[in-house]
Amino acid sequence: MVKTLERPAQKTSATGLARQRRRSAVAFLAPMVVVLVLVAFAPLARSLWLSLTDARIDNLSGQFVGLSNYVGAYGLFFTGDGWIDPRWATAVGNTLRFAVVSVSIETVLALAVALMLDTEFRGRSLVTAAVLVPWAVPTVVSAKLWDWMLQQQFGVVNLALAQLGFERIAFTTEYPMWSVVLVDVWKTTPFMALLILAALKMLPRDCYEAARVDGVHPVKVFLRVTLPLIRPALAVAVIFRLLDALRVFDVIYVLTGSTESTISMSGFVRDQMIENGDVGLGSAASTVLFVVIAACTLVYMKAARVRAGEGT
Amino acid sequence: MKRLGFRVFVALVVGFALFPFGFAVFTSFLGGNALYDLRDIEASSFGIANYSALFESGQYFGQSILNSLQVATTVVGLSLLLGVTAAYALGRIAFRGRGLLLMAILAVSMFPQVAVMAGMYELMHALGLYNRTFGLVLPYMLFTLPFTVWVLTTFMRELPRELEEAAVMDGCSPWRILVSVFLPLLWPVLVSVGLLAFVAAWNEFLFALTFVNQDAGRTVPVAISLIGGGATSRELPWGKLMAASVLVTLPLVAMVLVFQKKIVAGLTAGAVKG
Repeated sequence: MVKTLERPAQKTSATGLARQRRRSAVAFLAPMVVVLVLVAFAPLARSLWLSLTDARIDNLSGQFVGLSNYVGAYGLFFTGDGWIDPRWATAVGNTLRFAVVSVSIETVLALAVALMLDTEFRGRSLVTAAVLVPWAVPTVVSAKLWDWMLQQQFGVVNLALAQLGFERIAFTTEYPMWSVVLVDVWKTTPFMALLILAALKMLPRDCYEAARVDGVHPVKVFLRVTLPLIRPALAVAVIFRLLDALRVFDVIYVLTGSTESTISMSGFVRDQMIENGDVGLGSAASTVLFVVIAACTLVYMKAARVRAGEGT
Repeated sequence: MKRLGFRVFVALVVGFALFPFGFAVFTSFLGGNALYDLRDIEASSFGIANYSALFESGQYFGQSILNSLQVATTVVGLSLLLGVTAAYALGRIAFRGRGLLLMAILAVSMFPQVAVMAGMYELMHALGLYNRTFGLVLPYMLFTLPFTVWVLTTFMRELPRELEEAAVMDGCSPWRILVSVFLPLLWPVLVSVGLLAFVAAWNEFLFALTFVNQDAGRTVPVAISLIGGGATSRELPWGKLMAASVLVTLPLVAMVLVFQKKIVAGLTAGAVKG
């Protein structure tokens, strides 16, 4: 009896409270939303619009030109000579090659490093800290560091090669893409290793106890138990890195400049927009890049949700 | 045998991770011939000439450090302030469209920087921020804010409900609850998220290169990329370049060593927690 009397009263105060809370939610969210619209959605929409104009960097109020920055003689695709503009094709090809090669290498190395850090050994926390150092080095600095070490006449790598009786190699000009991949692998493997390590730490230990008692070979345990269990987390880490690799700019710009052998999609966009002043074409290229990344983001969100769904 | 193999692997990983930066520190103190031929090293080869050259008059390196510090700290402060309030609403208050908003925030954190570049260039001009170092605070929010909100929301959700209920019973306003109940519990997360935002803002290159066009206004990464100007790789002043690299990186490395655990927690929360 008392209960039934109390309930309506509680309900009204609860909804009053809920309403008050919703109002404060709006107040709490508004500044963040305003900034997000200002720095993300508004510029993105403007870039989309500019990709449909012949805007130049010194005069952004260009004429509407439809899709001609995307297709046609002055566009990115179906230029008349071929289905894709050769300079743009180079940038796309470089970016994909860079992303696939570097993320593959990083995944394998990171997995090995993560397994290492998951083992008990003396000085483990020191090793973890050491592994984290390359991540803390700014990209520009890591590019310059390796540029110096790989330098043909005085670089320490070539000094070592010479001591061992090998020819000196002009790494950044002869193997520009591999140099870029090397720097990226050095800098970002730690980050990936940490993501994988986090997943490893959440694995149930009793599985391993059982496997050890049964005398199952460690490699088999890894392939049959560890790998399937961390696969969702691994997928998230790989896609996360892939998204990063697809928008690569600074390591390439600093290490090898805007040379054809390494220029990335982001590099192409900046070149067109700022150096050539062709904001229309640059924006069209950036929109294509955005679409590619958006597609990958959808996959990422799926993977992330899969992981959340599997009860972490 | 197996143990030995493991130790060799650990040593290789640590060597590969530490050698480049260690080598940079080492060569930044070298002068004369020793810099270009390590076989010529003598006691007199070592000195701080490369460092003092960075701060000679006519050089903007000191100014660049101040610029980066100013921009990065402002970005961190703003991101945390906006992030913590937004995360409170997103993490603890049920309202329509919350899921959508969270997805939008996650999506923004994936934006390629160049996708907003043309629009941002226009906006910076319109707001009179173009070519002003401090103006970089605005575009930098593009990558620090979504990340900050996302991670803080994840942690905000995990705080015990009872605490908040008790505060509501005591008649606390939402703002009071946030400041006096949640903030004290959240500060470890704030530190790790703040550090990560700081690192991101300190390292940013593309916007700083594009939106600031004068030597005195450069941030430190851009200043480093421009040392030596158009010189070819063999003519670059490598000693000075390494000294600059060390100065820019040392604070970050020190931070990583001190806050290792927090940084790892922040990194993994940002990327993995769906």
